[in-house]
Amino acid sequence: MNTAQKVLIFGGLTLATLGMLYGLYYALFVEHQTLDRMGGSLTAAFVYAAEGHLPDADSSIEAYASAKYDYVRQVDVHSHWIGLGMLLMLMGAIFDQAAFSVRMRFWIAVSLFSGAFVFPLGVLLQTLSHGAFVASALAILGSVLVTIALGAVAWGLAVKGGSPETIQ
Amino acid sequence: MSARRVLIFGGIALIAGGMLFGDIFAVFVLHQNSGQTGEALLAASRAAIMGNSLAVKDSFLHIGGLLEDHGTKVDAHVHMIGAGYLALVLSLLQPYLALPQTKKRLLAWWFVAGGLLLPIGIFLIHYVGLAYSPSSVIGWASVLADSAGAILIAVLVVEAWAFWKHFRSGNTVIEPALPRDRSWESRILLSGGTLLVLLGFLYGAWYAAIDLYEHEARETRILKSMLENASSRQSGEARAVADYGSLAGEKAVKIAAHSHIIEFGLLAILLSFIQPYVQLGEIWKRRWVVVLLAGSVILPIFVPLELRMGLLAGGIADTGGLMVIVALVAMLGGVLRYSGSLDAATGGQK
Repeated sequence: MNTAQKVLIFGGLTLATLGMLYGLYYALFVEHQTLDRMGGSLTAAFVYAAEGHLPDADSSIEAYASAKYDYVRQVDVHSHWIGLGMLLMLMGAIFDQAAFSVRMRFWIAVSLFSGAFVFPLGVLLQTLSHGAFVASALAILGSVLVTIALGAVAWGLAVKGGSPETIQ
Repeated sequence: MSARRVLIFGGIALIAGGMLFGDIFAVFVLHQNSGQTGEALLAASRAAIMGNSLAVKDSFLHIGGLLEDHGTKVDAHVHMIGAGYLALVLSLLQPYLALPQTKKRLLAWWFVAGGLLLPIGIFLIHYVGLAYSPSSVIGWASVLADSAGAILIAVLVVEAWAFWKHFRSGNTVIEPALPRDRSWESRILLSGGTLLVLLGFLYGAWYAAIDLYEHEARETRILKSMLENASSRQSGEARAVADYGSLAGEKAVKIAAHSHIIEFGLLAILLSFIQPYVQLGEIWKRRWVVVLLAGSVILPIFVPLELRMGLLAGGIADTGGLMVIVALVAMLGGVLRYSGSLDAATGGQK
């Protein structure tokens, strides 16, 4: 097993564990409270509307939208870290079949790992400050890194055409 | 049975079980649940127009229950399949773990048990609720799900540590890796799977860039229009609720297409590794690979088409899902027939 494979497999295990730990923390301490907040805000908005208090209803809807913005992204962080972790481990297992030099493989592995870590991190940071440029930029950078690196792996596998021994 | 076989068999069984549950949910629960949610939202809007705040609260209590029912079933489906994928991935890592066979086997059984209990706990959340719970927010079913999740994390942490230890100790070979399978089935699954994952990534990026924020803004806009109607005692709630339902449907199918195409891609890559364990005739192995990949393409294509073609596209998408399940169960049968010869070298029980 070469260095690139170790980066991918160990990185994948770390990301999958991180995603699960985040999911466990989220399920225990955040999710139920967030869902209650979303439900409470939406109900309050309609109750205010029934009582003819439109400004209060509008602010309750804004609170609902804000809570849902956070909820969607927090769930995405959990699923994307675990999913990308699995993908990294898989890429690690097949990486010796890609038609790249050792140095290139290492940098593709680093790109995959960095992107897989940074993409959900950027999404998570979006919940701390809605619409923050740095958070969105991190998420976009991470997803671009992962997509390009995965495209490179797909190309490397296709070019190799089933003869892994020739690059050993 | 060696740890590797426990993880392969358990992983495929969890994935097939999770997919079957998802198909049953899609056919018998999903649309009915969405319809009831729409009716409850309409009732809430009408109650708001009538100025009846008590009826509004009752309607939202009902909506909360329906959304919990829907959400926990989706989560049970996703977590069961996710645990199965991880089990298959861990089966590939077994040769690189610096642990004795007995401990590897124990960890494998714990992982499969955790992967089974986690979705069961999630599924029960809606039905058990807070009955006999000492907490005001978390019920016993959540405790079961969280405990199962903790088991999965503990196994992953131990295996990550054993993986690290393996390389620190100089890459001592503990058991042989899976043989390099360059058969037609493996290559098609590997290249097809990688392509599916890549397509799923591109579609997800497209969704995040074009649809995500627009959907969020549209949802707020529709809800505000409902409230304005209610506050000024005007009708028009049916149209607003219909718009809200369309938006919910649009979001659901686009996210489902993104997640399913990636999941099926990962599954295809994983299955490419375990082909040596699938003891079926060559022609049948090829047939099941084709069925699996065809279903993997059909489902994500026809799920978004539900918006235009309605139930016809839904039915075709469900058939695609069923094709994947059937191919998976067939491969599981092949794993069961496997003689265990590859495990002989590891001391696993045949």
